[in-house]
Amino acid sequence: MTFSSDGNLLEVKNLRTYFETDDGIVKAVDDISFQLKRGETLGIVGESGSGKSVTNLSIIRLVPDPPGKIVSGEVVFDGTDLLLLPGDAIRKIRGRRIAMIFQDPMTSLNPFMKISKQLMEMTQLHLGHTKGQARAHAIRMLETVGIPDADTRADNYPHEFSGGMRQRVMIAMALSCEPQLLIADEPTTALDVTIQAQILELIKKLKQETGTSVILITHDLGVVAGMTDHVIVMYAGKIFERALTTELFSQPGNPYTNGLLRSVPDPLAEQGKLYQIPGLPPDVAHLPPGCPFAPRCDRAEEICRREFPPFVQLNADHFSLCHFAREVYSESGGTPV
Amino acid sequence: MAIENKPDHDDLLHISPEMAVAEGDVRTTEAVAYVRGTSLWRDAWRRLLKNKLAVFGLIVVVIVTLASIIGPTLIQRIFGFTPDYIPTNDIRLTRSFPPFTNPDGKFSWAHPMGTDNAGRDQFARVLQGGQISLFVGILSTIVSLLIGVSYGAIAGYFGGRIDNVMMRIVDALYSLPYVIVVIVLLSMFRSQTPRGQLILLFVALGSVSWLTMARIVRGQVLSLKNQEFVLAARATGVSNARIIFRHLVPNTLGPVIVYATLTIPQIMLTEAFLSFLGFGVQAPLASWGSLASEGIQNLAIFPWQLIFPGVTMALTLFSLNFLGDGLRDALDPQMRTI
Repeated sequence: MTFSSDGNLLEVKNLRTYFETDDGIVKAVDDISFQLKRGETLGIVGESGSGKSVTNLSIIRLVPDPPGKIVSGEVVFDGTDLLLLPGDAIRKIRGRRIAMIFQDPMTSLNPFMKISKQLMEMTQLHLGHTKGQARAHAIRMLETVGIPDADTRADNYPHEFSGGMRQRVMIAMALSCEPQLLIADEPTTALDVTIQAQILELIKKLKQETGTSVILITHDLGVVAGMTDHVIVMYAGKIFERALTTELFSQPGNPYTNGLLRSVPDPLAEQGKLYQIPGLPPDVAHLPPGCPFAPRCDRAEEICRREFPPFVQLNADHFSLCHFAREVYSESGGTPV
Repeated sequence: MAIENKPDHDDLLHISPEMAVAEGDVRTTEAVAYVRGTSLWRDAWRRLLKNKLAVFGLIVVVIVTLASIIGPTLIQRIFGFTPDYIPTNDIRLTRSFPPFTNPDGKFSWAHPMGTDNAGRDQFARVLQGGQISLFVGILSTIVSLLIGVSYGAIAGYFGGRIDNVMMRIVDALYSLPYVIVVIVLLSMFRSQTPRGQLILLFVALGSVSWLTMARIVRGQVLSLKNQEFVLAARATGVSNARIIFRHLVPNTLGPVIVYATLTIPQIMLTEAFLSFLGFGVQAPLASWGSLASEGIQNLAIFPWQLIFPGVTMALTLFSLNFLGDGLRDALDPQMRTI
């Protein structure tokens, strides 16, 4: 596999993050490689426990240690390998150049600090703002993310904000130092549908204005379709499929992706049972020797249970981890190279 | 809003997504005025005021504190004697009078609590004793706060081996019988001056009283550090020290305040106990414990020498405990529904 490294903001190479548990070593992220160009949006989808969040915590080195440990790999961000940086240096990158938005806005703001203080902390820390500058900047950011009456609301505490507004504050905080990369870890999961749409629109708009690259972690395929340029499908700590978003939806090259796409409710279908992938995600501490998806896969054969599948390249931007990647791809209408 | 003016509007039951969004926005902006001013502290204060015992405690504590601070000066202004004034010019005066009597046995306002064996005004001495008792209690509590909170927060935040070592040290110190330790400390370094003895008392009391505080804060931090806002703070590049002292410690404030209010009477009691045994405050300084200790020697003849300092101390300790309990109820999030 060869990738051009031009224009890549982030390059993750053979990243492995393991957790030591009483049950054995859990390979939460196992040999993952991907890259992200400047200004692009990458979606990472997968079931709970597939390693989406751990991948991104690994990028900014926030995997809880112990029990977690980044075993090997490289995370090259703008030319430097983040995994080799000393603690001070990585702290200067966090928030300044790579910012994160978390899943639950209800718990990711400090309940004892005023909104303004939390926003000001960012720019005072990273941009060396004085109190006055930081406050002005904080209020400008709150206005940008659509908080009405930002000047007075800034002095509220988080519990005086609704969930959607708190997520807006989180976004304001994340973007206040104009980071090059924004990692949004299921930013809309805890919000109701209408607020979800607003938040996603907001991220999209701000991304276009600032040219920030975005990694969007989600398990909502609809969100992926509307927001991203590339998609990574993760399962059991591995990348199962990587493709352009449009292609992934029209010509999936992996049975797991197929299953995911079939599980999306179709509002036009009159009735009938919703499809679901049989079985449960595997216990990552005790993976079978073959393909981790084999026990749930409807087209698994003998070889799938015996041998670990290859990462097959289907075209320039499309890869799939499956013994039958070419077949699946052809069946969905693609022409493998 | 237009919809509210027309309750029979057809679309009322079928709110389209656009309308739902709009309504949500309006509600949040309207909430601005409504929401402001209900902070945690205001809520807690309101709940505290509903608790009659706590209010009683608060009033008594405030009165005793104010009286102790300004009382001795006021007495000096009015009657012209200090708490340690011994009338040496007249041998008739250097003995113990009952309350509200002058040397001739007539009614007088000069000594509302009588005088002690040396003829010092008991009221002034009780107030001065209060000054020292409260001072010892509060200062030792502050010492225990500073040490205990930082120690516990650091142990809890870093966890793992650091936590283990730090907390085992606490366990080891806990297992020492601290009264004996304090007595040994005080008698080993027995100071020549009353002030030196007082400082020694602070050190001795402060060094043992932070242990429980450290445990409480560690427990709080252990549960807080796994909350997402800590991860979010780390993800924004905040340093560990800042996370501990700016993000975590303020979140432990509720339990810490409660425990601190309950530590003050506890330390005052220990101080009284030590002074009673003769290890604490030395004359001419006075604390409630040392006054009681002097008073008990003449209990049968001059009961007021024990009764006044004893009752004042008991009342203050009760009040501090009521206040602490009230604060705990007021600040406990689980009590919020009541």
